[in-house]
Amino acid sequence: MDTEKSPAAPEKLTVWRPMRERPRQTSKVSGGRAAAGAAAIKPAAVRTIAPRRVISALIDPDTRARRRRISPISVGVIRPEQLLCPRPAGLYCPPGDFYVDPVRPVARAVITHGHADHARPGHGLVMATNETLAIMETRCGPDYAASVRPLGYGERISRDGVEVSLAPAGHVLGSAQVVVNWRGLTMVVSGDYKRSPDPTCAPFEPVACDVFITEATFALPVFRHPSAASEVEKLLASVRQFPDRTHIVGAYTLGKAQRLIALLREVGWQAPIHVHGALEAIDAVYARFDVDLGPLAPATVERRASLPGAIVIAPPSALATPWTRRFADPVDAFASGWMGIRARARQRGVELPLTISDHADWDELTATIAELSPAEVWITHGREEALERWCQLAGIPARALSLVGYEDEDA
Amino acid sequence: MKAFAHLLDRLAFTPSRNAKLTLVTDFLAATPDPERGWALAALTGDISFDAAKPAVLRKVVEGRVDAVLFAWSYDYVGDLAETVALIWPVRPGLNREPELSEVVEALKAAAKAEVPGLIETWLDGLPADGRWALLKLLTGGLRVGLSARLAKQAAADLGGVPVGEVEELWHCLAAPYGDLFAWLEGRGEKPVSSAPARFRPVMLAQAIDEAADLSRLDPADYAAEWKWDGVRVQAVIEGGEKHLWSRTGEDIGPAFPDLLAKLAFEGAIDGELLVMRAGRAAPFGDLQQRLGRKTTDARLIAAYPVGVRAYDLLLDGAEDIRPLPFRERRARLETFLAELASPVIDLSPLQAFGSWAALAALRLDPPPGEPRAAEGLMLKRWDSPYTAGRPKGPWFKWKRDPHLIDAVLMYAQRGHGKRSSYYSDYTFGVWREDAAGQRSLTPVGKAYFGFTDAELRRLDAFVRDNTIERFGPVRAVRADVEFGLVLEVAFEGLQRSTRHKSGVAMRFPRISRIRWDKPSREADELASLERMLG
Repeated sequence: MDTEKSPAAPEKLTVWRPMRERPRQTSKVSGGRAAAGAAAIKPAAVRTIAPRRVISALIDPDTRARRRRISPISVGVIRPEQLLCPRPAGLYCPPGDFYVDPVRPVARAVITHGHADHARPGHGLVMATNETLAIMETRCGPDYAASVRPLGYGERISRDGVEVSLAPAGHVLGSAQVVVNWRGLTMVVSGDYKRSPDPTCAPFEPVACDVFITEATFALPVFRHPSAASEVEKLLASVRQFPDRTHIVGAYTLGKAQRLIALLREVGWQAPIHVHGALEAIDAVYARFDVDLGPLAPATVERRASLPGAIVIAPPSALATPWTRRFADPVDAFASGWMGIRARARQRGVELPLTISDHADWDELTATIAELSPAEVWITHGREEALERWCQLAGIPARALSLVGYEDEDA
Repeated sequence: MKAFAHLLDRLAFTPSRNAKLTLVTDFLAATPDPERGWALAALTGDISFDAAKPAVLRKVVEGRVDAVLFAWSYDYVGDLAETVALIWPVRPGLNREPELSEVVEALKAAAKAEVPGLIETWLDGLPADGRWALLKLLTGGLRVGLSARLAKQAAADLGGVPVGEVEELWHCLAAPYGDLFAWLEGRGEKPVSSAPARFRPVMLAQAIDEAADLSRLDPADYAAEWKWDGVRVQAVIEGGEKHLWSRTGEDIGPAFPDLLAKLAFEGAIDGELLVMRAGRAAPFGDLQQRLGRKTTDARLIAAYPVGVRAYDLLLDGAEDIRPLPFRERRARLETFLAELASPVIDLSPLQAFGSWAALAALRLDPPPGEPRAAEGLMLKRWDSPYTAGRPKGPWFKWKRDPHLIDAVLMYAQRGHGKRSSYYSDYTFGVWREDAAGQRSLTPVGKAYFGFTDAELRRLDAFVRDNTIERFGPVRAVRADVEFGLVLEVAFEGLQRSTRHKSGVAMRFPRISRIRWDKPSREADELASLERMLG
């Protein structure tokens, strides 16, 4: 069990000062790692940890007791609420005077990733990865923030004794966990994260901490996502079985759509993939950061019964709308973690539910907590009560923060 | 088990009949014996288990999962079998995925006390969709939206034979149907249907096209009789073995033990099951009280006694007379029934007629009594043999004109499958006046066909343009005295209903015309429907 903090070169320690200019887009993944393609995104400091390990084996009471002894919390020097506390606008850091993923406009914000409920426009200073900043600019327009400060994974900056760095969260391109360190106390805000492989973004990096602040979108033991590869195989089997029909896959515009395309490429689907217009801008951002999605074609066709045998990717809101009538007897598919529950799939009227999620499932959530073995767990949004219950059974102090304003993008 | 689980998963979400057939036929073609045979038996309902009672499942899962987390999960998922399938904690290693045949054979041999242990072992060995399929199988009833007939159709498609042949054979076959598949794949002889009192696939009628058909048909070639408003049945007795089959070959005998007990003959009678009191047929609504049940009770039997109105004879004693022309079969039937003098079987009388015009007049104005309750007329060619399926020409049905009302479109719901992007299911209402003389619409029915594709597109656009409220997949459409779309609705009959707010329920409603021209306030009143109830 290796839960050391991610190493970052001390010379990178910089003062937290906004850059006045907007960052120039480069074709490099932030942090200086050149990436020749999707498969090449492998940050140096990442250890991959097999998900779905047996939980009980990962909880080592001795390790936890040892860490608690040395934690500033356990000796009563600092209360973690002094470093991060829930406020109506979001999670706030009083000594550093910034928010993480605020839901209202604030002076300083650290943004974990580009989904609309986490990355809102109108803040003063925004700190995030280059990729997230590019996504925000694409989605909210050039005036999304007064000023920005790009921060690469592992790069540390500090202000008034508070040190902040970002670690990959494995959720979507540019997604990060926020690591906050102050007077020997380390708190990690996971943002949204997953542990299963994703060819379009850097994998989740476990960071040892005193307090782990986790999401809980799929925190019920019935959420056990199958491997994404097996779900993609299900889609391809259906394409083979119904070659005269168009398969329209509903997928969230940012992250899921690109991951699905990359997964299709991984299993050898080389034909052009047709994409709905709403996806094009984000696809272009991914391309700018060297995520290779292969040949894409617009799904704009004039004739009826077009594109038999093709795969079309569209935002979920486009399913079962008049837009779908242009395709050949379409099969409506939907790629989402919610599709694991049959009633949810039926509710959406989906013919081919694909359980592909960019969030950690129950096994990943609990295995991550067991692996990090923090002194405390805070739970931000989702099904807090079930994860709290699990922590209680595992003997880890946990509390729900009841932050409002976060939703799975279009749950 | 993997392929079967995958099939069930797809079937449960596939609305189109053809797509379902493709899924099942492909499965049967790709899966080896005996696995596919057991799967087919599960799909047709020929094997079913109720080994996994809810109490057993709860007990098994609560040994593995925290009760609080399980309760929250069950609350979220809403289905016990699915919750257990999803929540089941994986035990890595040692677990081998059981095959469907293994599960079936083990269950047949197991003592009751061994079942929970078996279930636990299988759940350990299966992935989530396999666990769901297993529990579906063990809780009785797959409920994946596939009828037994469609499953047989898929088997027939595998061998390129008419489904009637498979249906006729079905009752001499036993799961896992090795001999059936051998025949369908050209590796073996056709199994011989020798089971006594087996089902004989029924002959069905085409709807007549008055304009095209009548002019080219000679009335002298046809016999006419009333089309009784009941349920088609086949009563077969061979060597004392008795069965009452539905038109699709389902054994409905257990729901009608009163009738079975009174049947005493050797042969096979084709007829209409009706509620009969003192030799007179009661309305369909009465029969409905006894349909859709696996068994029955003394109260229902006393209140709704049933009988058969016979119109054809397939077996006369042991002799198969299906190849004989209708004229001869009819004569045999008359003799057969006269000798039998059964209190529960009567004869459907023929209606003599000289010309199509005379018959049309009879259809429009049936004589008082039972014919008034008939659905219309049947025409049968005198020289036609009894042929399974729906051949074009020998038998026609000539239904009575439906009732018509003008109603106002109130709600529209999105359709399924091909129609999932269209608002294609319409709830309509008629005017009702309250004590204060205020007129408001009250829903009286729902219809989702009767219009062309072009009309559907126009209706869909109307719904989208005039939505006043949304409830999930349903939209409320503007409908008041000033504005609204009038639909002319055709239906076959009307019944009182305590389940509907309006107090009436329509039989077989469909859209007959869309009255773009008619003001909504001129639609019909509930009072005029109530008058039809009499």
